[in-house]
Amino acid sequence: MTILYAIFVDPFVQMAGAPDLLVQALWDGLVSGVLYALIALGFVLIFKASGVFNFAQGIMVVFAALTLVGLHEKGVPAFLALALTVAVMFVLAVGVERVVLRPLVNQPDIILFIATFGLTYFLIGFGELIFGGNPKAMITDQLFLPRGVVDVPMLGGMVSFQKIDIAAAIIASLMVAGLAVFFQNTRIGRALRAVADSHKAALSVGISLNQIWVIVWFAAGLVALAAGIMWGARSEVSFALEIIALKALPVLVLGGLTSVPGAIIGGLIIGVGEKLGEFYWGPLVGGGIESWLAYFIALAVLLVRPQGLFGEKIIERI
Amino acid sequence: MLYRETGQFKTTYAADMAVFPLRQDRIGLAVILAAALTLPFVAGEYMLSAVMIPLLIFALATIGLNLLVGYTGLLSLGTAGFMGVGAYACYKLTTFFPDVNIVVWILVSGFFSAGVGALFGLPSLRIKGFYLAVATLAAQFFLQWCFTRIPWLYNNNISGAIEVPGRTLFGEFVTGPNASAEMRYLVVLAVVALLTWIASNLVHGRIGRSWMAVRDMDIAAELIGIRLLPTKLLAFAVSSFYCGVAGALMVFLWYGSAEPEVFSINQSFLILFMVIIGGLGSLIGSFFGAALIYVLPIALKAVPPLFGLSIAAATVEHMTFMIVGALIIGFLIAEPHGLARLWQTGKQKLRTWPFPY
Repeated sequence: MTILYAIFVDPFVQMAGAPDLLVQALWDGLVSGVLYALIALGFVLIFKASGVFNFAQGIMVVFAALTLVGLHEKGVPAFLALALTVAVMFVLAVGVERVVLRPLVNQPDIILFIATFGLTYFLIGFGELIFGGNPKAMITDQLFLPRGVVDVPMLGGMVSFQKIDIAAAIIASLMVAGLAVFFQNTRIGRALRAVADSHKAALSVGISLNQIWVIVWFAAGLVALAAGIMWGARSEVSFALEIIALKALPVLVLGGLTSVPGAIIGGLIIGVGEKLGEFYWGPLVGGGIESWLAYFIALAVLLVRPQGLFGEKIIERI
Repeated sequence: MLYRETGQFKTTYAADMAVFPLRQDRIGLAVILAAALTLPFVAGEYMLSAVMIPLLIFALATIGLNLLVGYTGLLSLGTAGFMGVGAYACYKLTTFFPDVNIVVWILVSGFFSAGVGALFGLPSLRIKGFYLAVATLAAQFFLQWCFTRIPWLYNNNISGAIEVPGRTLFGEFVTGPNASAEMRYLVVLAVVALLTWIASNLVHGRIGRSWMAVRDMDIAAELIGIRLLPTKLLAFAVSSFYCGVAGALMVFLWYGSAEPEVFSINQSFLILFMVIIGGLGSLIGSFFGAALIYVLPIALKAVPPLFGLSIAAATVEHMTFMIVGALIIGFLIAEPHGLARLWQTGKQKLRTWPFPY
């Protein structure tokens, strides 16, 4: 009985008893959810356009952030470093298309998946070789990103909002809106959607697949850069951030591999779910459940909807 | 000239379906086994304990994952978790019953792993492809969390790690600090050879064929009368059994002690590389893949001193990462079907030699 009480009643009593803590936990969850969503967004972009499950997306996040910080350390002004990083991401996109995607076209999914593993290893080695393996601080001030805490009295307590988190949420929303406009209203966006629908049909109306792949990988690289700046500002830039890339996977399958809104909503669900779970239910089993809770939430949703919340329905025929 | 089937007539169906239909293959296998058995007498301590033992253990884990990914078509990223279950089960068993032979417990611990594997295999009936891969990550992270957070599993050690006790076989130490490399090597070799032989029989028989039918198309397999749930769960169970035994061998006969970190997600990825590079759906490929991926970083680290270059250890580490990554991509481009396909091609060339076809 006590166990049942501890699982089903006590956490809710705690929530009602201290609503300010609940709001704080919700906010923390939402913010990490936004950042998961940003990483998942990069996955979705590439998966939609090229059918590649790009494991390297998480490393691209770190690599972009590392390039930015590393360039700045070498004496490049912050905004020039930002522009150069964008250029590096473009070169990376072209390189990936030339070296990895083009020779492997028409191979089974798992082969491409493993190829992105190879890319992951390469980027880790390359990044550490050039910029060193030590964790670095993100250049928040130089990029005019706000720092510090806003304390808001709320519900009989104080809820503190990190300014950088607010900025992250705003920038993420802007990026998503920008991507939506780009997809809906531009010529390239229409071409991207055509490729996502059917490679063959897109080819037959004269869309160059190779060009599209470069564009998508570049877009994913930009999203990675944004995610890298935000994550870097919250903690620090190092390849230990790799683990957050793995967190983006449950977000991705929860929302559906092919859905942009799915990635966002999946990110928020996972972010909030794991924070609340860790905060209210974690102590029951000794804490640390954040490491696997996200995967179980995703698993539970997949059991009901095997294609994720917003994924295309999987139709199988003999 | 030597490698040719000319003159070897098959008079029964069984002979036609044999795993090694060519006499030369059988001789070759016997030679390899004999060489493996005589290795302890010629090779040094380092060769045995740092190259051969890990290689055989990784090959076993790779065979396990290959049964699941290559033969049944179910992508799993939880391999290291299942290996951990085997290692911890073996540790608990030998703590409770120290008098029972350790080799028995290593094999029995596979069954615990099989049970856990089957449990986490349940969603595979509904979830497919990459969605399933992410679902198996739940197993990986949950199991690793258990290894860290449940002190009972590591006998409440303060270090939080498994300390392998000394156990004997035929009066010689096989585990613990006093075990000789030769003894450990021979035990690993025996277990791996036995399990490979069983796996070979499994995949050539009814069970293996039903796995391959499920891999090729599960709905069609269901229509021809293969029950999906038992087939998929059996694949998960057998695969996890192999991984569990490999995990137990890894901790007891190689590392000697293990922290939960040993069974991290990176270990799972490493074994998946071995499967892919070796060749999906090939047992001999599993050995090739394990050999290549395990030996590659060691060999790369040995290269700079050969040329008299002195490069900082960290730089070598980074270069190794880069080169391994580039080689994986290059290898996939050159031969997406893995080393096993190269082996096949080579054998075919040899059969028709000196003619091109």
